[in-house]
Amino acid sequence: MPEWFIPFLLSVVTASTPFVFAGIGELVVEKSGVLNLGVEGMMIVGAVSAFAAGVTTGSGPLAVFTGAFAGAAMALIFGVLTLYLLSNQVATGLALTLFGLGLSALMGHGMVGKTFPGLPHLEFPLLEQIPVVGPLIGTLLLGHDVLVYFSVVLVIAVGWFLNKSRAGMVLRAVGENHNAAHSIGYPVNLVRLLAVLFGGAMAGLGGAYLSLVHTPLWVENMTAGRGWIALALVVFASWRPARVFVGAYLFGGLTIMQLHAQGLGIEIPPQVLAMAPYLATIVVLVIISRDSALVRLNAPACLGKSFHATG
Amino acid sequence: MKLGKKLGLLSGLAAGVMLAATGLAQAADPLKVGFVYVGPVGDHGWTYEHNQGRIAVEKALGDKVKTSFVESVPEGADATRVITRLASTGHGLIFTTSFGYMNPTVRVAKRFPKVKFEHATGFKRADNVATYSARFYEGRHVVGLIAGKMTKSNVLGYVASFPIPEVIRGINAVAIAARSVNPKVTVKVVWVSSWFDPGKEADAAKALIDQGADVMLQHTDSPAPVQAAQGRGIWAIGQASDMKAFGPKSHLTAIIDDWAPYYIERTKAVLDGTWKSGDVWGGFKSGMVKLSSYNSAIPADVVAMAEKARKGIIDGSVHPFAGPIKDQSGKIILKAGEVMDDKTMLGMNFYVEGVEGKIPQ
Repeated sequence: MPEWFIPFLLSVVTASTPFVFAGIGELVVEKSGVLNLGVEGMMIVGAVSAFAAGVTTGSGPLAVFTGAFAGAAMALIFGVLTLYLLSNQVATGLALTLFGLGLSALMGHGMVGKTFPGLPHLEFPLLEQIPVVGPLIGTLLLGHDVLVYFSVVLVIAVGWFLNKSRAGMVLRAVGENHNAAHSIGYPVNLVRLLAVLFGGAMAGLGGAYLSLVHTPLWVENMTAGRGWIALALVVFASWRPARVFVGAYLFGGLTIMQLHAQGLGIEIPPQVLAMAPYLATIVVLVIISRDSALVRLNAPACLGKSFHATG
Repeated sequence: MKLGKKLGLLSGLAAGVMLAATGLAQAADPLKVGFVYVGPVGDHGWTYEHNQGRIAVEKALGDKVKTSFVESVPEGADATRVITRLASTGHGLIFTTSFGYMNPTVRVAKRFPKVKFEHATGFKRADNVATYSARFYEGRHVVGLIAGKMTKSNVLGYVASFPIPEVIRGINAVAIAARSVNPKVTVKVVWVSSWFDPGKEADAAKALIDQGADVMLQHTDSPAPVQAAQGRGIWAIGQASDMKAFGPKSHLTAIIDDWAPYYIERTKAVLDGTWKSGDVWGGFKSGMVKLSSYNSAIPADVVAMAEKARKGIIDGSVHPFAGPIKDQSGKIILKAGEVMDDKTMLGMNFYVEGVEGKIPQ
């Protein structure tokens, strides 16, 4: 095993985790029938808020919580506009991204140049001392920051919630056929608002991960398009939580692998890798769209449609 | 050369394009000087340094001038609108500070022949449009010498943005300088296809560190590589402005763009009526390129060597691209005793000996 291998795996985990958070949040939103294109904007506001909270209070948990809360606050704007004032979801989502980028720049004005020590890591020194497999286990499973473990738990919890819990079934029903769900008495817009808030909180958490762990600093536009990749991941995963996780690590892995490959002198055009997640999304879309039954099976039928109760 | 900062522009727009107060005409009728920036003044890099230049003009010339700026202006139709507005509101001199403002500047200049324009990093000139840029490669030569002396692993890591001549020139300048003091040095380059993506820049830096690099250089705009270097306990060289805050132990020095002397000189020229169109490519000598303070961990003899090279570049006895220079295959491309002309440097599209890998096509 070459000596760069373990640090390589570590880099993959940190590069992938923001995608897991933002992707799983957006998945829940879309499952409820809402398309929120503002992931990038919610992420960046989460990033700047978390960093500001971390620098001023010095508390990691508080910083993480602030990031999630700020993301949810952004999502609340989107939810009220699209669900209750019936504005167009696509246009509102895009506007949310532009607004978020500008707002974060304004909020972060005094934060440029400050640094934050980072989040605590879980250490298991005894396990890592096991010969041969110890370092590998230590790298793959242990010694990450707490948010990495939380992201794994989150994916499992969302999978369980959507498929096994009653509330999750209601959420999916609202996303599949809001008229039917409404007629049997489910509060369609309330369910959607809660899903949107959850999506915002997760996007904010993804942003917080960037500004607290990945590169513990604040600079404008530091999300650099990751919110859009998270959006693409949801389609790539055909709206399945486990596949969002796999997709996030696949993309994080590809990015890091490409950087390492360049250093090792292996030639892959970096531009090809930059477009890889979007290309993969198009391919998956083409494949699942060939069969209309498959599309119905996967995409929420009411995705992107506004609901207005009549009668 | 901020070609890839579209996202940054969007953010600035959303925040609301800000026009600093232009003020009322005063009794002495000061010269109004306008600045157009591609990023926010708080970007801690490119635009920040241009704004420092503007502030210096105000300080140096006092009430003879009145400056104003517009930040986060997208390169394109918006730039034309902003430049037109400055020209039509009585500005006598306008600095447009990004490569992408080239065509808008020339177009507006045609309509306002009495207004003087200064465009950074471009190549299109007119009677009332001058161009200026900085010889950053002179700074790269000096930091290359320091890196060559400081490395223990003999591997320098270089986080690069886009394979354009300006970036390639910097990589080559570092490789030539480092190998002149330590022939075993190789330079490993990782391209991140972005001017600005802190996450990716940090990942690229970590990949280079994992592969043995123990001095990190960069030609991207965020301080993330310096921070990554600090985290892994290796050396780093900052880019465009002093990045010491992000890696106090690692930060050896930084190449700083200092536009203040040029901006003051050109503004004075307009006041005196001696302004002429032209092209300035300034380096250490004109003060356009500077180095931030040296890390106290650098041995005194290395500092002395770096300072000697810097002074040599100023008095002309040292040239970063002096022969013999070999390309990657070992073929001599510049004979001993010759120095590279500006045209070859401006179009540089090959790696010199000591740089690993190929330039992405």
